[in-house]
Amino acid sequence: MGLEFNHETCSGCKACELVCSLQNLRVVNPSKAMLKVTAKFPVPGKYYVQICDQCGECAEVCPQEAIRLKGETYRIDKNMCDGCLVCVDACPVNVIKVDDHSMPYKCNNCRQCAEVCPRDALTFH
Amino acid sequence: MLYGYAGWTLRIDLSRRQVEKEPLKPEWVDEFVGGRGFTSKILYDENPQGVEPFDPENRFVIAMGPLSGLFLPASGKTHFATKSPATGGYGDSNMGGHFGVNMKYAGYDIAILSGKAETPSYIFIDDDTVEIRPADQYWGKGSTEVEEALKKELGEDFQVLTIGPAGENRVNFACISHDFGRQAGRIGIGAVLGSKNIKAMAVRGTKSIPVFDPKGLLKKGKETYAACREKPGFEGWTPEGTAGITNWCNDVGALPTRNFQTSHCDYADQINGKAILKELKITDKGCFACPIPCGKYGRAKTKLGEVYVEGPEYETLSLIGSNCELSDVHAVAYANYICDELGLDTCSAGAVVAFALECCEKGLITTEDMGMDVKWGDLESVAHILKLISSRQGIGDILALGVKGAAEKIGGDSDKFAIHVKGLEWTGYESRNAPGMMLGYMTADVGAHHSRCWVLGSDVANAVGGNKDANVHDLISGGADFDRIPKADHRNVVPLVLKSQHLRPAFDILGTCRLQYMEIGLETEYYEELYYCATGKKLDFNTDLLILSEKIWHLNRMYNKREIPDFGRKYDYPPPRFYEETIPNGPNKGHVMDFEVIEQMLDDYYAARGWDENGIPTRSTLEKHGLKL
Repeated sequence: MGLEFNHETCSGCKACELVCSLQNLRVVNPSKAMLKVTAKFPVPGKYYVQICDQCGECAEVCPQEAIRLKGETYRIDKNMCDGCLVCVDACPVNVIKVDDHSMPYKCNNCRQCAEVCPRDALTFH
Repeated sequence: MLYGYAGWTLRIDLSRRQVEKEPLKPEWVDEFVGGRGFTSKILYDENPQGVEPFDPENRFVIAMGPLSGLFLPASGKTHFATKSPATGGYGDSNMGGHFGVNMKYAGYDIAILSGKAETPSYIFIDDDTVEIRPADQYWGKGSTEVEEALKKELGEDFQVLTIGPAGENRVNFACISHDFGRQAGRIGIGAVLGSKNIKAMAVRGTKSIPVFDPKGLLKKGKETYAACREKPGFEGWTPEGTAGITNWCNDVGALPTRNFQTSHCDYADQINGKAILKELKITDKGCFACPIPCGKYGRAKTKLGEVYVEGPEYETLSLIGSNCELSDVHAVAYANYICDELGLDTCSAGAVVAFALECCEKGLITTEDMGMDVKWGDLESVAHILKLISSRQGIGDILALGVKGAAEKIGGDSDKFAIHVKGLEWTGYESRNAPGMMLGYMTADVGAHHSRCWVLGSDVANAVGGNKDANVHDLISGGADFDRIPKADHRNVVPLVLKSQHLRPAFDILGTCRLQYMEIGLETEYYEELYYCATGKKLDFNTDLLILSEKIWHLNRMYNKREIPDFGRKYDYPPPRFYEETIPNGPNKGHVMDFEVIEQMLDDYYAARGWDENGIPTRSTLEKHGLKL
């Protein structure tokens, strides 16, 4: 259950990164987005999007047990997090980001990327 | 705080190796808004009068707009400008992809390059770090090859633009390449970069762009993406992109064929959008934030080799394809790839190769000159000529001047079939029975470029009926099936041409792509509201923005007058082929543009613009627009 990516239809526009940063951080800054579009050119000529599929590896390594499953989403409890950033290194697709205060933040399944994606390359199931 | 802008102008003096950053001038923002507005203002004010295009002091300007990089459809446009080696006048070219938005995320709305690097170099920009770095190892290599190597060296997050050997060798139609298939193609913009010894630029931006109302932008941005999805063209136009218009152009007798000898071919089905989807396509390839990706990235297989290439788009299909009589989509795509690697604009390159083939046909260029027996419709011939041009070997040195300069050297009657205006080659719309389109080409500031005006649909409607204001998707989905098209009415084209000439710059000023509006009909009201969310300022698209477009039109005209000694009406005429030779076949068979009509259209156009009979803006026109020149 959660966010899924279909590389067959992605055209690399990064609208997902734009809406992610604006929806969650209120800034226009794709580099802060909690997902990342990568372009593999000139060969084979395909796009990929690294997304959080809520695999839970960040939660498993968190020494403070500050990342917990709530419903279908792993969320970081800011009161418990001590900013060690072990979760950032543990994320297999490098989409746990670090904010201006050196604290981690991650995808919260807001679904806006899937809602905006004009190619239906991101979907939420 | 200038909301919607990154806030800085970057000045790079390549001769002195000095980098300066200055706050973006609020008066530029107030008066010229962004993008093409900035480039027109800066070239007029800062480029030394009379500077030669390849003089180190010729400025090379990059400008983004207030909507560039924001959450809204296709906000990824970058505007480049310089004094054009093709025309000797104002030149600009526009590019999609991801380069300009990263410039803006790095903090720069404008970059101005002056001087010349002592040795081959590339410009490295990583937010606040700006360096001129050696590029000896990349000099002489292909555009895509260097882009791939730089991304490997610097990291995938860097966005890279490059020039190819044609730019290094100052070919008058050398382009800038980016994102493995996007180009700023026209006016020889890549040759000016090459003349400065700049092989490439690489940029990574990680800053936020301040906007007036982030929540409002989020809401309106979502609404605008949703609105695009509702347009019939979203599903109908996007799959084939610009290539989808190929058959329609052929059916209305506007497809350049055999160096514009005619306007119709019998193999359009073999080089159209459907052929691309069936034979080539791997993926849709979109520019930044674009919901309707026109790029079709694919793989072409020919006897010369197998290559990965973006395109061909319509202009390439028509100018490299039918205009050179290449009737196989793989062959067109392969020639497209060669142009991309060599750093040649496919529009001008197609026109120049076709011109060369006709010169050979007429004995004005010999087989010995050419180094092989070249033929229409032969990929090997096209590839051979392209390589001669980019390396400037033999006859390629003359062809590298473009059709105008080449015709002056080759002589004979070659000027009659050198298809250009002001020195810039005509693009993909044959116009002998399209008076509005022809007038648009004739009067464009940069020369014969469709990006300045596209009224072919209304020209056809003037001849056979239909909706004069239809967007491109509606036009092509409506189809066209004509045995014979009556002569199009030229009498009322001036208002339509003016409207188009003002609408198109508007998007270049804002820093967005125009295709969402032009091709699928997204309403301009969306841009007004997005602009307000971004900047906190009101902008009426149909008054404020189009009046600014008009002002830029006058300013660029005055730039051309200042820089070209005898500039005036005689620079606005189309090539003789269009008023001396009738179209030999197809739906427009027998049509030719009357020279009296050309004169009448120019008279009417100048009067409507407030220009004198020689096509120079009058003092009162300039004053009306606040231009104190």
